[in-house]
Amino acid sequence: MAITEENPGYKWVGTRPIRPDGLEKVTGKARFGADLVLPGMLYGKVVRSPHAHARIVSIDTSAAESMEGVKAVITGADFPDLAANGAHPSDIDVANNAIARDKVLYEGHVVAAVAAITREQAEAAAKAVAVTYEVLPHVLTVDEAMADNAPLLHEAMITKGVDPAPEEPSNIASKILHERGDLDQGFGEADAVVEREFSTKPVHQGYIEPHAAVADANSDGRAHIWCSSQGHFQMRAYTATVLGVSPGTLKVTAAEIGGGFGGKTVIYLEPLAVRLSQRAGRPVKLVMDRDEVFRATGPTSGTRIKVKMGVSKDGKITAAEVWMAYEAGAYAGSPVGAAGMTAIACYDIPNFVVEGYDVVCNKPRVAAYRAPGAPMAAFAVESVLDELARNIEMDPIDIRLANAAVEGTQASYGPKFPRIGFVETLEAIKEHPNYTAELGPNQGRGVAAGFWFNAGMMSSATVHVNENGTATVVTGSPDIGGSRQSMALMAAEELGIPYESIKPVVADTETVGFNDVTGGSRVTLATGAAVVDACRLIVEDLRGRAAKTWDVEVDQVEWVDGQAQHVDGAQPPLSLNDLAAKSGRTGGPISANASLNSRGVGAGFSTQLCDVEVDPETGVTRVVRYLTAQDAGRAISPDYVEGQMQGGVVQGIGWALNEEYIHDTEGVMENPSFLDYRMPVASDLPMIDCAIVEVPNPAHPYGVRGVGEVGIVPPMAAVGNAIHDAVDVRMTELPMSPIKVLEALNENDG
Amino acid sequence: MKYVAPSSVEEAASLLSSSPSAQVFAGATDVVPQIRAGRPAPDVLVDLKKIKELVALNSDGDKWTVGAATPTAYLTEDDAFSHEFPGLAEAAGLIGSDQIQNRSSLGGNLCNASPAADSVPAMVVNGVRAVVAGPNGTRVLDVSEVVTGPGQTALDDDEFIVEFEIDKMPSRSGDAYLRMIPRTEMDIAVVGAGARVTLADDGSIEQAVLALGAVAPTVVRIPDAEQALVGSTADEETLNAVAAAASEACDPIDDKRGTVEYRKQVAGVLAKRAVVIAIERAEQRNGTN
Repeated sequence: MAITEENPGYKWVGTRPIRPDGLEKVTGKARFGADLVLPGMLYGKVVRSPHAHARIVSIDTSAAESMEGVKAVITGADFPDLAANGAHPSDIDVANNAIARDKVLYEGHVVAAVAAITREQAEAAAKAVAVTYEVLPHVLTVDEAMADNAPLLHEAMITKGVDPAPEEPSNIASKILHERGDLDQGFGEADAVVEREFSTKPVHQGYIEPHAAVADANSDGRAHIWCSSQGHFQMRAYTATVLGVSPGTLKVTAAEIGGGFGGKTVIYLEPLAVRLSQRAGRPVKLVMDRDEVFRATGPTSGTRIKVKMGVSKDGKITAAEVWMAYEAGAYAGSPVGAAGMTAIACYDIPNFVVEGYDVVCNKPRVAAYRAPGAPMAAFAVESVLDELARNIEMDPIDIRLANAAVEGTQASYGPKFPRIGFVETLEAIKEHPNYTAELGPNQGRGVAAGFWFNAGMMSSATVHVNENGTATVVTGSPDIGGSRQSMALMAAEELGIPYESIKPVVADTETVGFNDVTGGSRVTLATGAAVVDACRLIVEDLRGRAAKTWDVEVDQVEWVDGQAQHVDGAQPPLSLNDLAAKSGRTGGPISANASLNSRGVGAGFSTQLCDVEVDPETGVTRVVRYLTAQDAGRAISPDYVEGQMQGGVVQGIGWALNEEYIHDTEGVMENPSFLDYRMPVASDLPMIDCAIVEVPNPAHPYGVRGVGEVGIVPPMAAVGNAIHDAVDVRMTELPMSPIKVLEALNENDG
Repeated sequence: MKYVAPSSVEEAASLLSSSPSAQVFAGATDVVPQIRAGRPAPDVLVDLKKIKELVALNSDGDKWTVGAATPTAYLTEDDAFSHEFPGLAEAAGLIGSDQIQNRSSLGGNLCNASPAADSVPAMVVNGVRAVVAGPNGTRVLDVSEVVTGPGQTALDDDEFIVEFEIDKMPSRSGDAYLRMIPRTEMDIAVVGAGARVTLADDGSIEQAVLALGAVAPTVVRIPDAEQALVGSTADEETLNAVAAAASEACDPIDDKRGTVEYRKQVAGVLAKRAVVIAIERAEQRNGTN
């Protein structure tokens, strides 16, 4: 483990205690989205489009409505027409994706929903909803969508970011562009130039827990929603928008969550459940099948990317030209913007053009997925860089060191980097024994690096000191990656009491101040900072109470090891327990709130080293050794940091080798199950070795940067570069499945 | 849907003949997911696992009998069986996952009649026989005769398999089964290849049986490869001929799990490799039986 700054004597931060949610999870007590059952609750079922693109001619719900047990049937007509109300285009998209109004834009698009007494009744009623479609021609890929005369998903879509604006509508929602220097000059200075074209398929976040929501609507217009999400405040806001109500009328309780990876930052079922509950006058539960999760929720984009890069003999990148088109699915909003900003952000490059297109097509609307947009771009850029290093016979770490962004580098996307730890991750790989481990026959080694911004955004926290001197730490950030443990560790450090004395809680939207979603690797940074602020307010309060008790000025009181101490030792110390027990006599309950819009995001970098073995006769690639080095800033909870690092890598390996959406020519998904959507299983992988690098983020009280996302950025290129090293084929299409690898090997032989 | 669990072969047979839409199951690892996925549910589900002889693994002087509903984990966990038929035990150990193998059975794997069933090529190369019970008593079929197409078997609606008979492995003989899947478990064969050889005293191959799974509607034997092997020492040229014959014997489909071209090429690779492993095992079984 490479640590550039020593731990300054923390007692709790950086330790590995038992996780606060562990017992409930291993005993099956934890309540996930689908676990809630309310008295009188109905079961809902959603009706989905079988077509990739069609106009809804009519929907006849009468047969379904008259079926036994059926209490409510709703369609798009049961929701306000946001377009007619002049709503913001992105809100209209959210609403139309939740339930189609006049057109369905992908197979699986919701057209109606029913609620009935039993699940079986709901399923039968859903089948009885008669929808008449006028099937329209569809486009499934960026190539099809960008072709001349392609059928349009949105007849009025004019490409944004192009000046002057195009006169004709197209499937291109927007264009992005980042430029610096002079490309021709840069390529002229290069001693080696490589140009390659890459393509990747949509992949799903693959969270184990399907989406689920229970809604209980009251006759006064208020409603309570229980759902599994990465941000119940966001669910409240989106649901209120789709329903056309004030967010304050909705209360959302976050269920325990079984994975999100970005895919649970958006709504699907919540507004439907509320409307069904309002119509039926009873609580309604909606739970997706895995099949529905695949067909209608969050993949990330399939892409086509072209990269041309040049280097001088000493390994300096002289120019980079990147062209990217990202599938957005049915509505504008692919992560091509982030892809453009991250693609070459690891490096200090004098001349570049990065151009990107956000392209709609007849597939489910993409949702955020761990460092959205960055992994595909990194696959392309890091593969080309690997090839350039080979061309000039330079070590793959050395070529990255020669170009690495450091403090003061003008990032490709604009700002100057503050203190960052990219170089340290490269060095950590080079120093690790894996870097020089012997390779066997048909084995190869690949290196790749990745960048992610990490996010800040808004958070709130409340800390209550209980009467026995223990504390409750309340936030509104659903815990998808160990944040409860991190909050408790930072609170223990601040208050000077044992970790075990702190109960971290995720509260509903009416019980704690606003929190943005758990995403962007932001919670330990931003919600953590709010917790630290609240704890510091508590400590201030406690010092005041001790001063009052001792009848001294507050500056005579210090807070050390969980107790108030007189600076001169003139008074016996007062523990938190002592002060809590007497709180009634010193000003009442001890409690503090803190809210913030986070300061000081710290960028994250990861460098990874992958060893594979390729079976040259079957094309099967097995990962035999894997090392990931990542700058955590400060690892508050090293167990969870390693879990995040390993989890990102594992998802990246799945993306690299086998995961893909497969559609037939009609635009129907052919593999909507974990059998044929091949995520890795445990036996597919070696233990992922971790090197936590700690280059503290100067803007966070503990130096936190955020660790959840950047780990998924390098793996596809690391695996592809290792395959090249093993069997001398350059893989430019994901997934690098046995079929594709064998094809490439056959071509090499032929 | 009614669930019944008869305790004897006779009781099960009479249940089947009296209810036309009854369906037997062993581990239910195929039947239940199929019903959940929307296949029409039968009126009566007949659980065969409560019948003693259907969950049993026995060896007498010259053969093994394996109850049709015996969990495949019994085979992989039985040292004597898995030493004698390592290829068949490995095939059984590839079905699903550890959890699935506590329920899955040879009878179920065969009668589900998936072209990709892992245990079937391994049973075929070992000449396994199925004892089939019906309203008029029992009859015996070669395993290779049971499956007639995807989802189709030669069994009548009121018949079910009671047990499998497997002749003891002769000396200087060995079997092997290999399958290609993109993952390492929880997957379905893209190609499967089983082989069994018997060696002559001079080390040449006296007998060879090869069978492929997942490359045709039913398991296919590879007579050209078998002929090429007999009398040879499986030198490189012969093995290449085996691979070519295996590729040629395939009649695969293009689907989400594999292409025709890939399946043909890899069928050759796996057939060749399975033969090599079977020969190694045959060499080690020198008169130990």
